[in-house]
Amino acid sequence: MVSVGKNVPRKEGPQKLCGLAKYIDDYDFKDCLYGVTFRSSIPHGLIKKISFDSDFPWQEYVIATAQDIPGPNVVALIENDQPLLADKKILHPMEPILLVSHPILQKAYAALEHIRVDYEELPAVLTLEESLSLEQVLYPPDNVFKKFQIQKGNVEAGFAQADFIVEGEYRVPHQEQTYIENNGVAAYVENGTIVVMGSMQCPYYVHKALKHIFNVPDEKLRIIQTTTGGGFGGKEEYPNMIAGHAALLALKSGRPVKMIYDRQEDMAATTKRHPAWIKHRTGVTKEGKLVAQEIEVVMDGGAYVTLSPVVLSRGTLHATGPYECPNVRVVSKTAATNTPPNGAFRGFGAPQTLFAAELHWEKIAEAVGLDSLTLRRLNVFKEGSQTATGQILGESVGASEVLERAVTRSRYISKRKEYSLWNRDKKKESWRGMGLALVHHGAGFTGSGEVYLASRAGVAFTNKGQVKVLAASTEIGQGTISMFAQIVADSLGIPYEWVVVVDPDTGQVPNSGPTVASRTCMVVGGLIQKATLQLKQELSRHISKKSSWSQEDLKEAARKMIPPPAGEAELAPSRRSAGGGMMEGQPEKKYIVEYEKPKEIQWDDKTYKGDAYAVYSYACAVVDLEVDKLTYEVKIHKITTAQDIGKAIHPLLAEGQIMGGTAQAVGYALYENVVMKNGVMQNAQLTNYIIPTFMDTPPMDIEIVEKPYSHGPFGAKGVGELPMDVPAPAIAAAIHHATGLWIPELPILPEKIFKVFFSSPLVGEGRVRGT
Amino acid sequence: MRGAPFSMNVLRPRNAPEALRAFSKNPKLTPLAGGTDFMVAWNAGQLQNRVVLDLSRLKEWKKIQKTKEGIRIGSLVTHRRIQEHPVVRSMFPLLVRACAEVGGWQIQNRGTLGGNIANASPAGDTFPPLSVYEGMVNVLSPRGRKRVPFHQVFAGVKKTTLQPGELIESIEIPYLKNRPHHQMFRKVGTRAAQAISKTVAAGLLWLKKDKTVQELRFALGSMAPTARRLKSVESFCLGKRMTPEVVDRACELLVQDVSPIDDIRSTREYRLRVSQNLLRSFLNG
Repeated sequence: MVSVGKNVPRKEGPQKLCGLAKYIDDYDFKDCLYGVTFRSSIPHGLIKKISFDSDFPWQEYVIATAQDIPGPNVVALIENDQPLLADKKILHPMEPILLVSHPILQKAYAALEHIRVDYEELPAVLTLEESLSLEQVLYPPDNVFKKFQIQKGNVEAGFAQADFIVEGEYRVPHQEQTYIENNGVAAYVENGTIVVMGSMQCPYYVHKALKHIFNVPDEKLRIIQTTTGGGFGGKEEYPNMIAGHAALLALKSGRPVKMIYDRQEDMAATTKRHPAWIKHRTGVTKEGKLVAQEIEVVMDGGAYVTLSPVVLSRGTLHATGPYECPNVRVVSKTAATNTPPNGAFRGFGAPQTLFAAELHWEKIAEAVGLDSLTLRRLNVFKEGSQTATGQILGESVGASEVLERAVTRSRYISKRKEYSLWNRDKKKESWRGMGLALVHHGAGFTGSGEVYLASRAGVAFTNKGQVKVLAASTEIGQGTISMFAQIVADSLGIPYEWVVVVDPDTGQVPNSGPTVASRTCMVVGGLIQKATLQLKQELSRHISKKSSWSQEDLKEAARKMIPPPAGEAELAPSRRSAGGGMMEGQPEKKYIVEYEKPKEIQWDDKTYKGDAYAVYSYACAVVDLEVDKLTYEVKIHKITTAQDIGKAIHPLLAEGQIMGGTAQAVGYALYENVVMKNGVMQNAQLTNYIIPTFMDTPPMDIEIVEKPYSHGPFGAKGVGELPMDVPAPAIAAAIHHATGLWIPELPILPEKIFKVFFSSPLVGEGRVRGT
Repeated sequence: MRGAPFSMNVLRPRNAPEALRAFSKNPKLTPLAGGTDFMVAWNAGQLQNRVVLDLSRLKEWKKIQKTKEGIRIGSLVTHRRIQEHPVVRSMFPLLVRACAEVGGWQIQNRGTLGGNIANASPAGDTFPPLSVYEGMVNVLSPRGRKRVPFHQVFAGVKKTTLQPGELIESIEIPYLKNRPHHQMFRKVGTRAAQAISKTVAAGLLWLKKDKTVQELRFALGSMAPTARRLKSVESFCLGKRMTPEVVDRACELLVQDVSPIDDIRSTREYRLRVSQNLLRSFLNG
């Protein structure tokens, strides 16, 4: 009856497979209006006048502006600097100014052509260079949203010991999340309560933002997640905005309002991965030991603060890579530009800084004259290693193991030799290369983040003897529901099929925190496991101890534990069934557990010292590829990856996460190129924003390594973001091995390989092969 | 979906005469022959209030027929059907390969050869093969049928020389007199499928016994407002042996026959270099 570690059928699988799962656009609402957004056409300026064509039938429409907002005109997040609707100042193109709604969607869109805004344009800050030059101050005093510094040992003394000092500069671009379902919500008012349903990762974030905007008490707001077609961070904070818009129109019109973005609007207006520059200066001894790491990180935050400080924090904390170095200084900042705010995206700052850290090994290797594998083996984290923040890695450190597993499985060493020979043959039509990268990824929130969140989750036991999981953590394709049910089933000793997972609805479930940061399994799963054990303890007082309980046993216990409805038991509100209908509520007893920090974890936000994350997952990827000599196109033969995630609760889903993250990172490395002009994405369509198709996604050989973590449920750590961190630097290293070209900048398009091939390197120096 | 279904009127003629009558009565109609490009623009709200002439019921235009001189492909034959046809497969492999690289399977199942031509994208994947095979386009109007050499159909980016009221009935491709010594098709797109080409090349080469060029046909797409035959390259190579110097010179001459641009998908420099690489590799056999 054990389900953990087994590939049990996904709870919501049949519904999705049969097309019965209802996404937000599948819901029909009576007398529904469709809301659309009028957006700014300039990157920076002041709104002078808004005018409406006089011969247009505006009486058919409901329009909402900033003046209609009951509370403060702010989307509350870390800083309250972003307005729900711009009313005076414009800080980026595609900034929402007003909302238009109509019973017919196309008529709503048509109205946008009949609204004109006169602006007083101000000079735009479109790049990090322009932002840091301070010619225009967008965010006083210095355009910097946030800075961090990590300091360990004495960097200057470290460089003095070094036999080699290796410098490198790296750049990574925007990346679009490209979930299959665009952002969308519906809002209506029911008995004085504002209800928002939609595609989202974090119902309680929306709850918090709307509470401010509408100035209402908690219970007058209900946020319900509908079946969600992917998020990848793109539905972490943006739903706050679109939910605010839809709810504003619903309040004003008194009718349900749907707002569903089409692909073009979603790509052009919503958040992306932060572009970044990273500089490395590394001191190494001739034996290959790291003695100093000096790293500078700059990220483009876009026009408002949004989540940039936390993205920067994670990027900063991962900037060294999974290596021990006695002397480290990392300085980082994120700055404002007149472009749409950048936000959460799988990896959350880490893929950016780890790209630099890992590709930099190739440079160090060339300087020292040792290969990068040997160098990594010499410096990699082991149990007892001390990180840059001074954290001692006490347990569950699989870095060496994933490195060795991936190297062995991929035949990295022998194939590297074989390809070096191949590349000497001028008659061959391609260059071939093997590249490697190794990363760590902290599971859960950074530093004291989990303490601030104080997440609550648990289980309910009904008078019918049913066990239900209560958490606001969302299923966004990654397997949350199934994984929670497995943890509860095995903790209680009942079959997986008996466990029901309640849909995330702020009216029904406690705030288990956002579905982000590779925390759902490890942190929330841990809370649910604790709660289940409380239930188990109580159950065992009422029914005899057995290796497993029958449904009759549970019903008997329920009769004893839960008095009939007239009694004192809490009456649960009705539960939406998976099909969207309503089920009768049953009396039930709830077991809710709040997060408690493990005693040994200590973190100081001021000095950025201590245990940055409770634990880290580790991944190594080896990329085997070739570059076409005629077209400079890269074809990946295979990606071999080993990933230490503590414990795979559901191995198939974990493998799916690894495959998906790897494919997304192939896009980041080779294809995805956000073309910005005057702050506007020029290729906001799937025809020209190139993500890998099935045919561009290479075969993958995946090994899951399980180094259990004592505070994770069944030893589990995080897996959500880890796979996104590791392939890009391995791909760049393999291209370097194949061509000898140094391309420290993503995406490595064929055009870029061509350009570097025929000219000097883009940044830094490297060997350039002549024609 | 920004296209408004209530604003679209669709005419569905049962046969060619009905279609031509409807079109001559209303020259503003938009003929629909598959719709894989039309629907993208319509979905974006760019084609509101159109009256669409849906040609999907014209069965006669969905046939591939052998003639004495070659093969006649009805304008409504899909890219998928072209790939499956045994005669096309054996006689015109470059066209088959091009059809196999148009979009993805869904688009190949829906999109038609005639629709592709009338759409006149500079990046049409079937155009370089049709160019080197020297196809002829049969155009029908109420005034009758006319045969237009393939290249003369195009007037520019997304523009044809077809007049309102005229419809492409079929494309005729003559059999090659001799088997070419070398032939090639290569699409260089933004990815392996569902991609628009950055450059797309088709070539046919016949050599004499002494290894001099008897005939060379080479065409490129995405390198100019319309697909281009490399006339300067072809005439330069005629009668010459493909020595390294001749191949170098031919690659230099390529520049004269095309006018690639920097755009959202690629750069002028990359397009030129890769096209030259493809030509060089082809001429070197």
